[in-house]
Amino acid sequence: MHSFRLPKTETYDALIRAAQERILVLDGAMGTQIQSLGLDEEAYRGHGGHACAYHTDHPQKGNNDLLILTQPQAVEDIHFDFAMAGADIVETNTFSSTTIAQADYALEDAVHDLNAEGARIARRAVDRATAKDGKPRWVAGAVGPTNRTASISPDVNDPGYRAVTFDDLRQAYGQQIRGLIAGGSDLILIETIFDTLNAKAAIFACFEAFAEHGKRLPIMISGTITDASGRTLSGQTPTAFWHSVRHAQPFTVGLNCALGADAMRPHLTELAGVAETFTCAYPNAGLPNAFGQYDEEAEDTAGKVEIFAKEGLVNVVGGCCGTTPDHIRAIAAHVAGYAPRKVGEKADA
Amino acid sequence: MREPLLRLSGLEPFVLTKEIPFVNVGERTNVTGSARFRKLITNRDYAAALDVARDQVENGAQIIDINMDEGLIDSKQAMIEFLNLVAAEPDIARVPIMIDSSKWEVIEAGLQCVQGKPVVNSISLKEGEEAFLHHAGLCLAYGAAVVVMAFDEDGQADTFERKTEICARAYKVLTEEVGFPPEDIIFDPNVFAVATGIEEHDNYGVDFIEATRWIRENLPHCHISGGVSNLSFSFRGNEPVREAMHAVFLYHAIKAGMDMGIVNAGQLAVYDQIDADLREACEDVVLNREPANGGNATENLLEIAERFRGDKREEKKRDLAWREWPVEKRLEHALVNGITEFVDEDTEAARLAADKPLEVIEGPLMAGMNVVGDLFGEGKMFLPQVVKSARVMKQAVAVLLPYMEEEKRLNGGGGKDTAGTVLMATVKGDVHDIGKNIVGVVLACNNYEIIDLGVMVPPQKILEEAKAHDVDVIGLSGLITPSLDEMVHMANELEREGFDIPLLIGGATTSKVHTAVKIAPQYTRNQAIYVTDASRAVGVVSSLLSKTAREPYIQGIREEYSEVAERHERAERAKSRLPIEKARANAMQIDWTEYKVAAPSFIGSKVIDDWDLAEIAQYIDWTPFFQTWELKGVYPRILDDEKYGEAARGLLKDAQAMLQRIIGESWFGPRAVVGFWPANRDGDDIRLFKDAERKERLATFHTLRQQTSKRRDSPNLALADFVAPEGVEDWVGGFTVTAGPEEIAIAKEFEKKGDDYSAIMVKALADRFAEAMAEMLHQRVRRYYWGYANGETYAPEELIGEPYDGIRPAPGYPAQPDHTEKRTLFDLLQTEEATGVELTESMAMWPGSSVSGIYIGHPDAYYFGVAKVERDQVEDYAARKGMDIEEVERWLAPILNYRPSEVRTIAAE
Repeated sequence: MHSFRLPKTETYDALIRAAQERILVLDGAMGTQIQSLGLDEEAYRGHGGHACAYHTDHPQKGNNDLLILTQPQAVEDIHFDFAMAGADIVETNTFSSTTIAQADYALEDAVHDLNAEGARIARRAVDRATAKDGKPRWVAGAVGPTNRTASISPDVNDPGYRAVTFDDLRQAYGQQIRGLIAGGSDLILIETIFDTLNAKAAIFACFEAFAEHGKRLPIMISGTITDASGRTLSGQTPTAFWHSVRHAQPFTVGLNCALGADAMRPHLTELAGVAETFTCAYPNAGLPNAFGQYDEEAEDTAGKVEIFAKEGLVNVVGGCCGTTPDHIRAIAAHVAGYAPRKVGEKADA
Repeated sequence: MREPLLRLSGLEPFVLTKEIPFVNVGERTNVTGSARFRKLITNRDYAAALDVARDQVENGAQIIDINMDEGLIDSKQAMIEFLNLVAAEPDIARVPIMIDSSKWEVIEAGLQCVQGKPVVNSISLKEGEEAFLHHAGLCLAYGAAVVVMAFDEDGQADTFERKTEICARAYKVLTEEVGFPPEDIIFDPNVFAVATGIEEHDNYGVDFIEATRWIRENLPHCHISGGVSNLSFSFRGNEPVREAMHAVFLYHAIKAGMDMGIVNAGQLAVYDQIDADLREACEDVVLNREPANGGNATENLLEIAERFRGDKREEKKRDLAWREWPVEKRLEHALVNGITEFVDEDTEAARLAADKPLEVIEGPLMAGMNVVGDLFGEGKMFLPQVVKSARVMKQAVAVLLPYMEEEKRLNGGGGKDTAGTVLMATVKGDVHDIGKNIVGVVLACNNYEIIDLGVMVPPQKILEEAKAHDVDVIGLSGLITPSLDEMVHMANELEREGFDIPLLIGGATTSKVHTAVKIAPQYTRNQAIYVTDASRAVGVVSSLLSKTAREPYIQGIREEYSEVAERHERAERAKSRLPIEKARANAMQIDWTEYKVAAPSFIGSKVIDDWDLAEIAQYIDWTPFFQTWELKGVYPRILDDEKYGEAARGLLKDAQAMLQRIIGESWFGPRAVVGFWPANRDGDDIRLFKDAERKERLATFHTLRQQTSKRRDSPNLALADFVAPEGVEDWVGGFTVTAGPEEIAIAKEFEKKGDDYSAIMVKALADRFAEAMAEMLHQRVRRYYWGYANGETYAPEELIGEPYDGIRPAPGYPAQPDHTEKRTLFDLLQTEEATGVELTESMAMWPGSSVSGIYIGHPDAYYFGVAKVERDQVEDYAARKGMDIEEVERWLAPILNYRPSEVRTIAAE
């Protein structure tokens, strides 16, 4: 089972060319924008929007992905705002749209629709933006880490136990990715990776889904380092992480979320030093304050991200938790003058 | 092209670079290979089984092989459980895993449990191409490297022809149909038993070795592995003979290109130490040779084998008998052998036995260091080993320090009990400190207190600190020529400030002559003394601080130096110098009429940032590395040197371990910039132009000409001679490379932990990286960027002899001793913006691990030394450069053939 001989999708080469020409900009935090809407349980379930076709007795407030089905216009407007703020790549609102993550809300049945609709909404938003200013944009189907780890036991007394297996993840990711492709995603973004084995299952699922689709999409891979030790939650160094996911021949590899741009820089430097492909970084807007909110100003975040560009570490930048369209606008402006990082001679062809 | 390398990972990365001759795959966690492990697994004693895995990693296995193929257990379930448990043990999971099974379902179950990049052992064409393709595709999708057995539909390959044919077929299918990266393919061409008494088996060893050679030559980037123990199957029960056979086999197979193997490293004889008869007999069997004394190789070995039977050796354990010795002896042993493992507990034991903690230092620890000092003095220990001893000493002192401070607090302080205090500094404008650090460590080992002020230390600071600490000796270090002047200035300051303590001078650019002629006369109240290397430092300092030896020693030095100075003057006077006009008339005459050189691929400068640390490492010239550590000899011969061999091998092993981390963890951030400009000679200058038409001038490189009178036919050279005059199209280039500033912080970290050995090591390696980058970049320049030798095919190790056309002289070195030309070069390349390398006020490059130079392409160009110059040239040069004569004289002070002040005085009269 392999997919490197599959033809690429139509947009693949255009994306590569764009990334060779300039630093591309990814969008910011969906969650922060949704929070600011102040939606209640009723709104999550569809009040004032579309009623949810899937029945569940579980409370849904906080199930942000569900808004794809119940408040599609609000989600589309957020995508649109990010696109107009300067995002070249817009992420679908599907971070938790797997059967594993939706099990918390008893909405496993909705997974296909969440992903396919999630991609369609993002596509509508970027098409609207492109119609306005003529700039090309791409939709990245977002694949989150799920809330389980394949190589760490949740039970300290039984280190050999696993709450989820590679195969569980492969199937769940497979379903998600097929939905994202069906809805018209241009690429697949496997993000916030804290356990590389989860990511490897997602990569495997990509290969299977691409084989069915008959074409291969660009893959973006983004790990997260939340620990001062400079390792992923599952214990890998940035270089070891890259060696583990290199076989995906990804469009980009990089880091997101974590403890803000400053803390990310040394790890990004290491990764940029070893990766024979484009790199991507989208940090949080600094550290959360005592209320769990991010209050780093747009200019501050952008100034720190600019350093990535100045040092030639990145090809794609954006924002994670706490970043608003203002942050993305500032980031886009700050990196505009810099050349993208040059990739060694073994870049993905 | 970047060389594709096998890149694996556990929690940490592993890269199989050319520097690693052989990867040891741990085989103890293999139920088919280890009876003990099988028993643990069948009894489900996983805790003990994990200990087996941990031991292997601690003993240096770079990859661990895990095999659960045992009929009595559910292999698939055992693989899953064991790998899940390994994942929870960071000290095991840090290395990559080799998932070993003959059953695909077990392998696949294993692949689903590891987050790193593992190796699958193995897949083959045994069940036909379809199954092979399927398995290979899955390995790729799971992100694993593979071992491919030389096995096809007709069975296991036994002959050279079959082995090579199957491997070639598998390679083609993998790379062309699956798209498998060739560097991720490891062939196992099957090690079979030899000396079985069956004639058809006699050539199996040769078949493997020759197939290995063929595969490495014909199937690019792949690797060779094998299970070595099969070879000696017919000698089961006779471990000494088996070990000898394995060692002999590996010796030859590794030379042929085998770079990985499943071996029990603890049970391997050392090739050189095998009994000569036994080795000869093993070699006859492995290489299928006719024994020199006639007869049959197998029968010979069988006969000899009997002599070794019964010499049944246990698995080699570390010899820990010394742990039974009294504590003083244990400390001495640890110091001499550089073992830090037990030093904390031994120091603590010694402290409890002593009245005061200081007694431990003055007693057993100093006694141990004296033994180290004696062995060093006798040439039985070498610098790297001494620095390791210092690491042990520091760790021991760290244990005692809190107790001593507590005691001091109770007693209300106390005087110092060291042999003396030495202040050390690299002078203003200079950044090099490896040699200074080594001297510091060696002196510290001998109970001197060291106050190290670091690099780029201004004179005022040296004076202040020397006073504040009431030091007994000052040591100055410098590598670049302007530092010589700084030292003269420093000597002057000491005199002026009324100091009366010895001044030590050391560093690559310093010399006895310079110290005697220029520095010592400035400081008459005490003495400036040149120290050749670290091994001399202790002798010099102890003589200087001894009440009795001091006077006669200084007297001896004074006499020696005045003689050196006189001899130098005589020699210089005897050398007749030519007036600059005559020297110019004897310039090198290159016939430019037919000359045509390729135009560079670009004009202006360009940042080169696609550096691969592993690739750079292949260009390292190790000889200067050994010189840094005062081991004198040419690499690789030095490894077998009777005197230095052992120390050199140990040092190289440590260096390579660190090199592996440097590469694997990307410690350095190498950067470079290169540029080319249309250029023509104009007298002794090289004019650079902005445009191809050579209308608009860009800059000028000024060069200096030799003024010694030469024998017939031999020209008076200047670098300008190698560049074509106006009317002929020529170009020059320039470059700066740097290993990056990272080494400074890394060395600091090591120093903080008291590990001076590693601190010096990382700096020495950073220097090597910078030099290797310069060599590698020069090759790329010749092949591509300038491209005047695009057919050149020298391998990295061949470049050391400089067999290629063109040179890359550096400003500040013999062919152009003027460091200020670096400023011109840096401005042209915009080096600071491009690479972060800066010039200090003495024109030293910061960070220190940087190299710059200009490229000259003419095939007749070669390196030379300008040597001393006369005032007529200096005046001319100053006018050309638009500099004051005094300033030029200051920069060229070390090569002036006259005393500037004298000339001026005469002129004033």
